[in-house]
Amino acid sequence: MLQAVTSANPGRGDAPWVGRSIERVEDAALLSGRGRFIDDLGVQPGTLHATILRSPHAHADILSIDVEAAKRLPGVAAVLTGGDVKAVTTSLVVGVKAPVECWPIAMDRVRYVGEPVAVVVATDRARAEDAAELINVEYRPRGAVVDPLGAISPGAPVLHDGFPGNLASDRAFRYGDPEKAFADAPHRFSIDIRYPRNSCTPIETYGVVASHDAGEDAYEVLANFQGPFSIHTVIARALKVPGNRLRLRTPPDSGGSFGVKQGVFPYIVLIAAAARVTGRPVKWIEDRLEHLTASVSATNRATTLSAAVASDGRILALDWDQVEDCGAHLRAPEPATLYRMHGNLTGAYDIHHVKIRNRVVVTNKTPTGLNRGFGGPQVYFALERLVQRIAIGLALDPLEIIKRNLIDADAFPYRTATGALLDSGNYQEAVARAVEQGRLAELKAKRDDVRARGGLYGIGFTAVVEPSVSNMGYITTVLTAAERRKAGPKNGAQATATVGLDPVGSVTVHVASVPQGQGHRTVLSQVVADVFGLQPKDIRVNTEIDTAKDAWSIASGNYASRFAAAVAGTAKIAAERVASRLVRIAASQLNVEAADIVFAKGFVASKHNPENRIAFSRVAALSHWSPGSLPDDAGQTIRETVFWTPPELTPPDDDDRINSSLCHGFIFDFCGVEIDPTTLETRIDRYVTMHDCGTILHPGMVNGQIRGGFTQALGAALLEEYAYAEDGSFLTGTLADYLLPTTTEVPEPEIFHMETPSPFTPLGAKGVGEGNCMSTPVCLANAVADALGVADLTLPLAPARLAELVRGAERLPPAGRATIAPAREGDRWLRGEGQASLKGAPEQVWAMLLDPDTLQSVIPGCQRVDKVTDTHFRADVTLGIGPVSGRYRADVELFDLDPPRAVTLRGGATGALGFGNAEGRITLAPDGNGGTKLTYSYDAAIGGKVASIGGRLLDGATRVIIGQFVTALARKAGGGSAEGGGFSLFAVLAKVASLFGGRR
Amino acid sequence: MTRLKADQRHSVRFTLNGKPVEAQAEPRMLLSDFLRHQLGATGTHVGCEHGVCGACTIVVDGMLTRSCLTLAAQVDGCELRTVEGLAPSADRLGVLQQAFRRNHALQCGFCTAGILMSLDHYLAKNPTPTEADIRDLLSGHICRCTGYTPIIQAALEAAAQLASPQKETSDA
Repeated sequence: MLQAVTSANPGRGDAPWVGRSIERVEDAALLSGRGRFIDDLGVQPGTLHATILRSPHAHADILSIDVEAAKRLPGVAAVLTGGDVKAVTTSLVVGVKAPVECWPIAMDRVRYVGEPVAVVVATDRARAEDAAELINVEYRPRGAVVDPLGAISPGAPVLHDGFPGNLASDRAFRYGDPEKAFADAPHRFSIDIRYPRNSCTPIETYGVVASHDAGEDAYEVLANFQGPFSIHTVIARALKVPGNRLRLRTPPDSGGSFGVKQGVFPYIVLIAAAARVTGRPVKWIEDRLEHLTASVSATNRATTLSAAVASDGRILALDWDQVEDCGAHLRAPEPATLYRMHGNLTGAYDIHHVKIRNRVVVTNKTPTGLNRGFGGPQVYFALERLVQRIAIGLALDPLEIIKRNLIDADAFPYRTATGALLDSGNYQEAVARAVEQGRLAELKAKRDDVRARGGLYGIGFTAVVEPSVSNMGYITTVLTAAERRKAGPKNGAQATATVGLDPVGSVTVHVASVPQGQGHRTVLSQVVADVFGLQPKDIRVNTEIDTAKDAWSIASGNYASRFAAAVAGTAKIAAERVASRLVRIAASQLNVEAADIVFAKGFVASKHNPENRIAFSRVAALSHWSPGSLPDDAGQTIRETVFWTPPELTPPDDDDRINSSLCHGFIFDFCGVEIDPTTLETRIDRYVTMHDCGTILHPGMVNGQIRGGFTQALGAALLEEYAYAEDGSFLTGTLADYLLPTTTEVPEPEIFHMETPSPFTPLGAKGVGEGNCMSTPVCLANAVADALGVADLTLPLAPARLAELVRGAERLPPAGRATIAPAREGDRWLRGEGQASLKGAPEQVWAMLLDPDTLQSVIPGCQRVDKVTDTHFRADVTLGIGPVSGRYRADVELFDLDPPRAVTLRGGATGALGFGNAEGRITLAPDGNGGTKLTYSYDAAIGGKVASIGGRLLDGATRVIIGQFVTALARKAGGGSAEGGGFSLFAVLAKVASLFGGRR
Repeated sequence: MTRLKADQRHSVRFTLNGKPVEAQAEPRMLLSDFLRHQLGATGTHVGCEHGVCGACTIVVDGMLTRSCLTLAAQVDGCELRTVEGLAPSADRLGVLQQAFRRNHALQCGFCTAGILMSLDHYLAKNPTPTEADIRDLLSGHICRCTGYTPIIQAALEAAAQLASPQKETSDA
């Protein structure tokens, strides 16, 4: 069943436009192919195109980079490596005080797969990519660490000398008297959580067009950046120009962001540097592999959470131990993910005593950044899983534990133990309504029924406070009070809006909100139309930003669900300021008191005598045409820019209490899931989500945000993970490996609303965009835990993972035929063995094996084989696996020769698409009929691009290739044509090494 | 059969939304890039370039086609339909497009062109689809904003409207 929220009919009486689901002004263009996304816009003639060569290694020293062949390719304008970028930029600022640098391109050392190593700039993208393939980088791999707890264990490889033991920050906090609460409490419950990496993955990738004016040393950049514009200062500093020499603009449309497009900023620096070096505009559009591998990711986190609990289920204290994995570099604004929720670590509950240890670590993975939910999913997964554990431990209903701990309805505004000021709400009422409207009793009956017939059915609950409008000062909670005093206070959340009236009296609105599909233009037209008594179609809204011309501040941008609460309210204030002046003008024109003036239906009129009126456009235009006839106190009505920041957003106090966000919506979710007992696939039977996001400005869009967040959360819960092998190889480089929800997995959630306006925002609205990303993963996990009766769950809840929980580790396949399988999960080492019968004696096969000419003729895709010594060969081979083919340089040596009976081959291969290592043992034995019985076994592993995008194809591809060679061997050895030819284990190993190389 | 040289540009001619077009392309140029960068038909978007996301879906000679998995040279002489050809006129939307707008079936709009093309193609042949049919059809498209259900609702509404004798054609 679908829940339709269709648009209201426009022009319905005098009811305000705000609160109605009017059709979006954005849609006509987007539905007819006339959107203006960054790659849809033209560029200056002669603009160059960049491609980025990236590291195949998770951790390695760069010994040399040979760019000569690339530079010689026709059409190539420049090849920039770390040194070239360093010459024109400085390091990006790092979010904690430590002697570390953070560059947008590797300097002498790579620390994650996908880290930029060189930028090639050419007349077109294809030529740039051709040239990138010709760059020869010599690496010396180092040990890699991908696990956050592994990273801080003794002896772990260290990424940055300035972060001893990979620890970038270690802070402890104490609120109330947690030790006493734990000592006195009758119960203590504890849970260990590993929250995985994932990303909201917008369908439009990053894009940057940059140019540099050498005369003024000024940069112009167009990028689908989303804010916060505090990052503008980071970019300008990195480019070594004052802020007024970095003009940063955004395109009219952006194809989704969900936080992710904040992470384009290192590429702005990189492409701007390329523009400066080449003296030409340079454009770069990221591809999907780059995006998945190396754009940005949400943090993964290891959390231990304990609760002191009274006998009745009341939570008396919490003890958080969070280890946050920010990847290879601590890029701005990290470690913000960890601190965004600092004021909200008690969730929706009245808990007075809290102890926290927050550690931030670096690992050999892609640096992290903004992602919808931003810290919320990680926190609530621990807290709400623990609530379920408490219920089970005390033999109480989980919903009962939630209810007994909710903050009282008369306690608002409520100050949490860690400092947040929860603005408004009635959590008990919201829960009661959801239980009734969402028909919980029905779900419970269903659970009983399904279980009675032996099925697996579970119900999960979650109560969540959804923070919105971030305090720009929350991140300074990572500093000590003394460090903060030294650095100066940071706080607030400046929102800006400009309302202008042109000479014909039509209204234009500009905001620095940078939407990526959220319909800001439509909502603002409603808000401002209401102020002026006009229709939304009369209001023209521009949401592009140009830092050289527009009003903006560090908090500008589209993040922390700040639009409805902060930006739309600021536009209302700006419109009201203009309106208040128009009132004075109209009062003098109509000869009435200002208090008697009303804006309605396109007129400014007297309330008492509606016939006494003047057209809005006429009053509005007066400032342009006849400023002399304005009343003295009216001022101009041409343009009004308002900056609004809520006073509640103060900096952290000396006791580290921080009001990390302005608004706090409430969400109560419950769901029923049924798990297929055979496949262990989780099917959502019903998902109920109750929201109180304050005043609703546009019901259709609010529900759109809820559905969208729910769907992304469903992906995080059931499908998505940025997977890494233990050696740091990235394993999910395509959308066939990184699985996103599709129409076949996503049900319609049952959405319910309650409106408790925020007293802190101009429109009473609160943010609503991120809540389900926080509530849904853990709600689904609680339901799955209930269905399976298991205590520990790690996302994503893929069938294979549930099978391990329920049935134990998968058994190995029966021995016998050639098998190729990873030795264990997450391990890119492949092991295999097999045998073949060949005509021709072992001596004959042996000779073919060692002859480079025959090798070259039988290895498919082999350009050449060089015999370095009798036991050392080099070969160039081209082969494709899955969606990519590429050239590899293979190097194979022979050991333990026992002619003509046995030989060990060991080799590696490197190429633009990856690297690998393999070792194999071949034995040849007479088969008694003049032929040879050949037996082989090998270990192989891969890394780099091939691992990212071909991972799921490796088993099949290996089998096919080895099969081909065995067949070729049998044929050639039997035929013995004049040109020679023949099977070569070297060929097999070269192929396998090319494909599945690996660790060194 | 025409032989194309890897290092040369060749003329590619086809019909795009009923009008003849021609431009130069290297043999390796993808159809999606050709449409967008050579012909300026930027309504077709590129989301993954490996055939999974569906954003680049167009109709070639009556067949739904991933333009990111097709070379420009392959469609020489073909008839192509893209999102730019869906509206009855520049200032009006078609029935399916209107249903999308009415149901808030798009947010950022980046994936929308491909979805519209799949639905337009499907509804012409299957005038009375069920919700399951539409879900099955659209399983080859990824949308990160909407959660899909408004898209499905829009498709069913459009199908009903298209199948009814009096077609409503209100202004865009």
